[in-house]
Amino acid sequence: MLVLRKFLRDIPAVIGAVIILFVVILALFGPWIAPYPEDASASHLLRRLKPPSAAYPFGTDNLGRDILSRVILGARGALKVALVVVGLAMAIGVPLGLLAGYERGVLAEAIMRVTDVFLALPQLILALALAQLLGPSVESAMLALTLTYWPFFTRIVHAETQRLRNALFIDALQGIGAGTPRILLLHILPNILSPIIVRATIGLGFTILVAAVLGFLGMGATPPDPDWGLAVAQSRTYLPNAWWFATFPGLAILIAVLGFNLLGDGLRDLVDPRLRRSR
Amino acid sequence: MTVPALAITGLRVGIRSDEGMARILDHIAFSIAPGCILGVVGESGCGKSTLIRTILGILPPAAEIVAGSILFEGEDLRAFSEAELNRAVRGSRIGFVPQDPYLALNPLFTIGAQLLEVMRWHAPGERRSHSTRLVELLRRVQLPDPEAALARYPHQFSGGQRQRLLIAAALACSPRLVIADEPTTALDVTTQQQILRLLRELVDELGIAMLFVTHDLGVVAELCDEVSVIYAGQTVESGPTAAMLDRPLHPYTRALLACHPDRSEGFTGIPGAVPSPLRAPPGCRFAPRCAGARPACTGRSPAPQWPEPGRSVDCILYEAKAAA
Amino acid sequence: MTPILEVQDLSVSLGGRRRWLGRSIPPVQAVRGVSLAVAPGEVLGIVGESGCGKTTLGRTILGLQRESGGEILLDGKRVSGLAPQAARRVRNSIHYVHQDAGAALDPWWSIGRTLEEALAIQGIGDRPARVAEVLAAVGLDAGAARRYPHELSGGQLRRVALARILALRPRVVILDEPTSGLDMSVQAMVLTLLRDLRVRYGLTYLFISHDLSVVRRFCDRVAIMYLGRVVELAPTAEVFAAPRHPYTRSLLEAAPRLTGRRAAEAAPLAGEPPSAARLPPGCAFAPRCARSSAACRAEDPALALRDGAEVACHHPLERAMA
Repeated sequence: MLVLRKFLRDIPAVIGAVIILFVVILALFGPWIAPYPEDASASHLLRRLKPPSAAYPFGTDNLGRDILSRVILGARGALKVALVVVGLAMAIGVPLGLLAGYERGVLAEAIMRVTDVFLALPQLILALALAQLLGPSVESAMLALTLTYWPFFTRIVHAETQRLRNALFIDALQGIGAGTPRILLLHILPNILSPIIVRATIGLGFTILVAAVLGFLGMGATPPDPDWGLAVAQSRTYLPNAWWFATFPGLAILIAVLGFNLLGDGLRDLVDPRLRRSR
Repeated sequence: MTVPALAITGLRVGIRSDEGMARILDHIAFSIAPGCILGVVGESGCGKSTLIRTILGILPPAAEIVAGSILFEGEDLRAFSEAELNRAVRGSRIGFVPQDPYLALNPLFTIGAQLLEVMRWHAPGERRSHSTRLVELLRRVQLPDPEAALARYPHQFSGGQRQRLLIAAALACSPRLVIADEPTTALDVTTQQQILRLLRELVDELGIAMLFVTHDLGVVAELCDEVSVIYAGQTVESGPTAAMLDRPLHPYTRALLACHPDRSEGFTGIPGAVPSPLRAPPGCRFAPRCAGARPACTGRSPAPQWPEPGRSVDCILYEAKAAA
Repeated sequence: MTPILEVQDLSVSLGGRRRWLGRSIPPVQAVRGVSLAVAPGEVLGIVGESGCGKTTLGRTILGLQRESGGEILLDGKRVSGLAPQAARRVRNSIHYVHQDAGAALDPWWSIGRTLEEALAIQGIGDRPARVAEVLAAVGLDAGAARRYPHELSGGQLRRVALARILALRPRVVILDEPTSGLDMSVQAMVLTLLRDLRVRYGLTYLFISHDLSVVRRFCDRVAIMYLGRVVELAPTAEVFAAPRHPYTRSLLEAAPRLTGRRAAEAAPLAGEPPSAARLPPGCAFAPRCARSSAACRAEDPALALRDGAEVACHHPLERAMA
């Protein structure tokens, strides 16, 4: 309860949490919230590029679709990409980090060197290359992002595991005969969960951003998906006249990413005593 | 009669917390004469470290002195401003030897750089005279090869040698009072013996007063002239060491001595636990664990009694004797 | 009577790494040729200053540290020469209590769960009953099972640490500094408990400590260690009444006693022990010893029986002198 009270005092983190809650609600209930859910795919050429009005609060796009509806419907795609990428990256990175941090020797050394190689790859370039190879689609973008994001988890889990493997309670467990799987999964993993969660939260925001960039470059979502990055890309030709076309999808990206980062920073302050502000 | 180097009376310190005011120190009183080592003895949680912080004026912001006076060579330390304390008291007129010699030195700087900086801060002057004096001090604390030591880093010294360095640092600005916070707890017994002997010699030689905080009655017996026993923030007994060891007055002192393996045949402990300062019992804080407690003990705080010359005890049992 | 535990000429080297580039780090000889025999039900004290190898000796007997030479016998059967996990299986009846009892518990696990886990690992059934029994045996109420390590005091944590291994029905318990960091009043309670448990569960203790006052009261025999070697091994009363090794005498004199003599009047042992990585030839204590001779610096004396005490010294103190 003390932790909760402390968290509630961190106003930016609370704002972040509220934003994320909002994004999650949009993602879950988008089709029921959006005023024109059919605009996910339908087009209405008669009402192209209308400025914001009471009927279309965010205006309409080049195919006459309600931008508000498409921004709402886009939340699901953005969140799905983020969750899948971060989930897969954790599924690869965390076990490797645990193993490399606990065991010493050739295997640990090999894991960490491979991790370093992947860390050295620029994320966007690998994603572009993969998209070229596999054809542009949301799936290839997710694959590319996963392949470049897991090393971050390996690194952090490796460092934390190495720190903990010398802890006295691990020694005591070895003393009463506990095996390696038990020590790793039941004792070390729960103890290093907080930094993993923090890293994952920040990673979610980061992935939404990079996925939007890929969409913008035409390497991610394909039309007519209501993708935020794609919408910004399509709006370019209508600037500066149809300013609303680029602005609202762009703001959606900005706010969602900001939300995850604020929450991630707040969580880090909670779990990392070195960064803890005294107040 | 000479002015005591340090005289504390009726000291009370509280710390504000979420659950209210915690009375960490409830009633502390003792004094130290120049050339004398006073041992302050107490178990963990008795308020020893708060007492040191109070004297040095480095209490955390949530803590405040509620009552009492701290007279240092006759001057009230509570009247000093933060700047005065910093420049002219802490580290100069009052030296400090910390508990852990491994944490107290910055590993990135040489010994010379660290100790000379302290000396320059308190007595800005010529650099050379400072380093000459420092080498002399290091020789006095029996550090091997003192000239070369100035250019070396903390990790190049053993624990005992570091403690010698810190003692030299505490003495660097010719203090009148040195506060030592369990300076030998982290050391081995043979090294502890060397350090205790060195401290005794220095006090006798320089005529300074020393406040030696410890939990180890054996160390007190070996080193201290006088002793003051603290329980849960209250001074329970003060007086000459030999008399206290021989005939402890307060029930807590008696119980504590009985716990010592040198005294007990069958390992006696003290039942119960030290009370939290948030929920300290009224009156004498030892009463709930005291075999001789009476109803009156929880009613009010005992007034100090002097059953023997030079010895004081805060216990209601002695008030009755004095009245009779 | 067969010793329950016997150690013959045990050596342990720690660290030491061969590196691809740069200088290799030579291993440190933490334990050098230690021989001990512990009788069933006995309390053997292992005393020495930091770096003397007493904790390493304990961990090696437990099996978490592999010996580099020598033998370990349990009930007369050889149990040495094994990698940690195999060693722990064979030495199932030996258990270890850490010095820092709080840090030896997983902070996320409640006491009850930790105690049950030990039983689960060893495949012992009827866990709740066993947990309740050991909690009662160490003087904790059943409610303690729901608590977490940070909610308990130092004395309570020691009790939990004891309960944890008692549940496994050990025969030999290695106690690493069981009283250090405890207040005097709590220390006495823990020692009383240890004494009771020894009788109740028929335990044999290896009592690692630097606190001579406690060792004097608690142990049947004492082994004094200096830089990886046992320099003196004798019944406790004998060691305290008449130390034979010059180091033992210095150690006894250095220990603060309530009967106090003033620090300035005692003659402390000069200098500090040399680093275990750079041991002098011959007797490791010779450079600090007032009685050392050319023979001491040339040849390391072996532990030999001399009227009732085993001493490793070329010039031991006579009984009358001490």
